[in-house]
Amino acid sequence: MNLLEPLINYFILSSALLCVGIYGLIAKRNAIRLLFSVEIIINAAIINFVAFARYHDTPLITGQTFSLFAIALAATEAAVGLAIIVQAFRLNNDIDVLELKRLRG
Amino acid sequence: MTDVVFLVVSLLTVFFAILALESRELVYGAVALSLSFLGVAGLFILLDSLYIAIFQVLVYVGSIAILIVFVIMLVRREKWANVTGGNERILGIIAAVLLFSTMTYFSLSSGLTSQYPNPTAIPNFYEIGSQLINDYWLILQLTGLALAVSIIGALTMAKFENR
Repeated sequence: MNLLEPLINYFILSSALLCVGIYGLIAKRNAIRLLFSVEIIINAAIINFVAFARYHDTPLITGQTFSLFAIALAATEAAVGLAIIVQAFRLNNDIDVLELKRLRG
Repeated sequence: MTDVVFLVVSLLTVFFAILALESRELVYGAVALSLSFLGVAGLFILLDSLYIAIFQVLVYVGSIAILIVFVIMLVRREKWANVTGGNERILGIIAAVLLFSTMTYFSLSSGLTSQYPNPTAIPNFYEIGSQLINDYWLILQLTGLALAVSIIGALTMAKFENR
């Protein structure tokens, strides 16, 4: 069984994950689901980093190094985002992003 | 053989990603999200980058998924079981399908080729370490600073206040 070029396979997979994440960002109103979508999009980006480094004409390690940084920054983003969600729930008793209007003035 | 494994793992990854967004109960969504992260870790193993796979399992499945489950326990509401997005949902599906078909079309017609499908010398862990210390030491320090700042910020924001 032979598929396409491996690089194109990985690119199509990561674009599928990106589209799932964008669908979640558009369609969902629950703040935690929006965070899920952002994490899925970051994963798609990391897959691209590693795949393009692996199939470079001389195999590179830089893609793996950069994906380490990306994973670490995704962890910080998740921590701060979850803290914001907890605080918003404490203030509004809900995490519907359409109902969070306190900063609107 | 590798193609079959790739196909199964990637289909599972995308399926669990969709399930994470579409499951009725938010906790099941978190479990599906961590399974999707595990699938991405399997893809990293297929890409000969074992270190990234270990890091992915440690950080995503080990800490981020657990953190999300605890936050879900804190902020759970019953009303989310019956919320079905109407217009936004159709709009999101249309946007995702359009974007995906465009990206697939252009990537198939782009003529990208894998130069060395089976390289003889795959870079190993030592090179990651030496590159982190020698070339990207400043980014490493800044990443540590960002981690510290984010933890302090999260603690400050989520601090329990008796009012």
